[in-house]
Amino acid sequence: MTNRPPPRCFQDVILTLQNYWAEQGCAILQPYDEQVGAGTLHPATTLRALGPKPWRAAYVQPSRRPKDGRYGENPNRLQHYYQFQVILKPNPPDLQQLYLNSLVRIGIDPLLHDIRFVEDDWENPTVGAWGLGWEVWCDGMEVSQYTYFQQVGGLDVRPVSGELTYGLERLAMYVFGVDRVYDLPFNDPDSPYPLSYGDVFLENEKQQSRFNFDLSDSEMVLRWFGDAETQAKRLLDAKCVLPAFDYTLKASHLFNLLDARGVVSPTERQSFIARVRDLAKGCAQQWAESQS
Amino acid sequence: MPQLFIELFSEEIPARMQKRAEDDLARMLREKLNARGLAFAQLQTFSTPRRLGLCIEDCPDKAADVNEERKGPRVGAPEQAIQGFLKSAGLASIDQAEVVEDKKGAFYVARIERAGRATPEIVQEVLPEIIRSFPWPKSMRSGESDLQWVRPLHNICCTFDKRPVKIDVAGVPSEAKTWGHRFHDPAPIAVTSFEKWDSDLRSAKVVPFRADRRSYIEGCIEDECASRGLEWVRDEGLLEEVVGLVEWPRVIFGDMDPAFLDLPGEVIRLSMRTHQKYFAVRDPKTGKLAPHFIAVANVDAKDGGRAIAAGNARVLSARLNDARFFWDTDKKTPLFTEERKAKLEKIVFHQKLGSVWDKVERVKALAVELCDVTGADRALVERAAELCKMDLVTETVGEFPELQGQVGRQLYLAELASPSPLAGEGGVGGASGASSAKRAAVTPTPNPAPQGGGESIAAAIEDHYRPLGPNDRVPEDKVAVTLSLADKLDTLVGLWIIAGEKPTGSSDAFGLRRAALGSVRTILSNAVRVEMARAIDKALDQFDRTEGNLIAAGVNALSDVQEFFADRLKVQLRDQGKRHDLVDAVFALGDDDLVRIVARVEALDAFLKTEDGANLLAGYKRAANILAAEEKKGKGLSEADLASPIDAKLLGEPAEKALHEALEKALPAARAAVEKEEFGQAMKALAGLRSPVDAFFDKVLVNAPEEQVRRNRLLLLSRFREALSAVADFSKIEG
Repeated sequence: MTNRPPPRCFQDVILTLQNYWAEQGCAILQPYDEQVGAGTLHPATTLRALGPKPWRAAYVQPSRRPKDGRYGENPNRLQHYYQFQVILKPNPPDLQQLYLNSLVRIGIDPLLHDIRFVEDDWENPTVGAWGLGWEVWCDGMEVSQYTYFQQVGGLDVRPVSGELTYGLERLAMYVFGVDRVYDLPFNDPDSPYPLSYGDVFLENEKQQSRFNFDLSDSEMVLRWFGDAETQAKRLLDAKCVLPAFDYTLKASHLFNLLDARGVVSPTERQSFIARVRDLAKGCAQQWAESQS
Repeated sequence: MPQLFIELFSEEIPARMQKRAEDDLARMLREKLNARGLAFAQLQTFSTPRRLGLCIEDCPDKAADVNEERKGPRVGAPEQAIQGFLKSAGLASIDQAEVVEDKKGAFYVARIERAGRATPEIVQEVLPEIIRSFPWPKSMRSGESDLQWVRPLHNICCTFDKRPVKIDVAGVPSEAKTWGHRFHDPAPIAVTSFEKWDSDLRSAKVVPFRADRRSYIEGCIEDECASRGLEWVRDEGLLEEVVGLVEWPRVIFGDMDPAFLDLPGEVIRLSMRTHQKYFAVRDPKTGKLAPHFIAVANVDAKDGGRAIAAGNARVLSARLNDARFFWDTDKKTPLFTEERKAKLEKIVFHQKLGSVWDKVERVKALAVELCDVTGADRALVERAAELCKMDLVTETVGEFPELQGQVGRQLYLAELASPSPLAGEGGVGGASGASSAKRAAVTPTPNPAPQGGGESIAAAIEDHYRPLGPNDRVPEDKVAVTLSLADKLDTLVGLWIIAGEKPTGSSDAFGLRRAALGSVRTILSNAVRVEMARAIDKALDQFDRTEGNLIAAGVNALSDVQEFFADRLKVQLRDQGKRHDLVDAVFALGDDDLVRIVARVEALDAFLKTEDGANLLAGYKRAANILAAEEKKGKGLSEADLASPIDAKLLGEPAEKALHEALEKALPAARAAVEKEEFGQAMKALAGLRSPVDAFFDKVLVNAPEEQVRRNRLLLLSRFREALSAVADFSKIEG
């Protein structure tokens, strides 16, 4: 392994992971330009996990979880944060070791820290997907999700993909010993203009939280949800699956916005999730057909 | 004899599945080897997060030889039958079979002598079968393989008599190798024998046996605590889980910010347990949590574990900060708020039974009705009912659902102990019963806490869910007992009768069995004198009975539910070792007061253990047999006979006179005692019948020649039978 200095700031962690996974033959993609709740929803993972063709990709994906916003007041919770996502299809037999090597590269010494694989079955009902794997713990802290996909869009995946999701802020906070996310060094602390995570994102957290919880117009969002759903259905009918998937993602995010406003009753909740799942399943099926 | 060793080396097996997997592997292998003629005694299993396997010492090196005679078709049978026989018996031609004669003629017999197969060959056959059909609770495929295993399987190591045995399953490598600790000693290690495998692994920092890891962890924790004058909060489930998370356990004693100790202990303990898998530590003098935690790591860290302890402490702080945020948010308002109520109105309890708040209203009304039998204060019960589900919509319960009830209790106590922010009395310290009642009076709640009942209400909020299982405690406070019964009755009656969610033998999605058994235990342990039929009827009253709301089987359902309770009581009594026939004998009386039923069973049980009781039972059987025999002959007692008194003039023999006199005394005495529910006394009164009955059967001929005398004697026996029926249906008793 090449001897590189360990990362010193948030963006170093990203760059280190990108370089590392590029070395493992991954295509380094860029974030998807739709609002999504998790890096898994990037078509590079959700759709590419389907069908027989091999695939290796890694990318950063901003994740939007409107409900998790705390107006910038909580040291750990954000409504917008970054995930680093890796997908390898089929999963190589030594994927665990590849993953552990990536932690070493970030600066986590497994003989100094306690790294554990703790059962965690991953499930995303809105896209009809599930897999088995673990939360990876470092000294009791969850630093990654590690999943072997079994189904996507209600379809068995063959071959199986290995999916790794690093929670970047949390990982960086741990590596740099920072207790408040906004205190993370974002760029090189020795640069002429050092920036913290808070410099970049604190205002965004405050304003987006206001929007998510207080200002978003639920009637409008509800209408958009219906429109996005209709659009996605039309596109599916026209066998135009990638745009259909975009509108499925929109519907999913709009539902999250409604949920954050607390206007979704538990019964309605199930029906919203089912509506998004139907769209996602349709996309998955069409994509899988196009691949085989 | 040789040794068979198997190790399945994989990625991390979920902790909760390991022990079961050891048992399943042992069972399946034993069955399959035995079925193929391999018998053995000792089998030892092991599991760690990365391995599952076993060793059989003294495994025969081949299966027992088979000597079998197989009868074939008649000589001259159609060719098809002959060929089928040859095939099934493994013969090349019919010349190899013998011809045997019997009465029906000549037929073929094959004598099959098969040398037992070598053990490795058998293992190569059965182990793939086991792996392919292994009952993991959840399994997965990986890469391009079709094999289903709990997580990717990397190697199947199998040796027999120190020689490797290759196992062929879906291309999984099968080498006589193992691997040590993932980080300390990852190089492969050659495997020859079980003993060497064990010692090699220990030098490679893996403790392969659960029991060893467990006792090591326990010992370390106890030492760490003892040296600080503390004790750990033992948690068997967590210990078992931790044992399954490490191959090389290292106990880390960490510090927690003492400022968190003002959170409820349960919140701290659960944060540690569910999210972090830490053990909590307490001060044995005060019984309160101490500002420390115990984690079990899987590595001998270079710095002695300092970084791990510090890291874990930071993670815990972040968790507890979250918990504190939730707790502080929840504490800002009294437990009852209109906002929380509105949320409960939105949560569906069951589609046909309305919202959680609808349930609260029903439970409240029912609980008030039950106050007559529980003796609880109505006002307290009403208040407790309104409060009992409030915590379901608190932030803390949202985060820790298993704390439902406990959070409500703590919030209510906090509300009583501190000035309510909504009461406009900020700054007033202290909390006497009177002042808290006064404060509660100005909070915007529909029913203020009656003076001095705070503790009862608090207990009811927490305990109305109890008992949560067979080992959980039952509520004791009268208000809690009332609310718990009302809540469970409402659940049972609502789901069963109104919603039609009747439990079946295999499924009980709503936990109705648990609710019924919990009610039975609560009723008995608090001696609540309630007639179940009435209670069930009252529970049903809280629903709309008119609008065709009852399911089709409505009428029967009511008695079904009652029987369901009776069945739970029977199970409970049987579990306590009470004879089922005694239980049946008491139930046959049709009583539905559970406390009285148990008292009867207990008195009966004690009575039948005495000599008098046993003899009286024998006498009862004899009397009943005679009466039944006469009836069968058509010479039994008529209705009119049964209604008429015994004719004293017809009593000639001293023994029958004596029995008559004894009955005259015993029957009213027994009835009176039963009336007073002094079942022991009733039995004692009946015991007095023993010698007159024995003497009667000894000296008196029932079938007297004179019809009148005969009938009079039958009547005497019938009265005797009736006397015993006052306490139980003796015909149900065996013996």
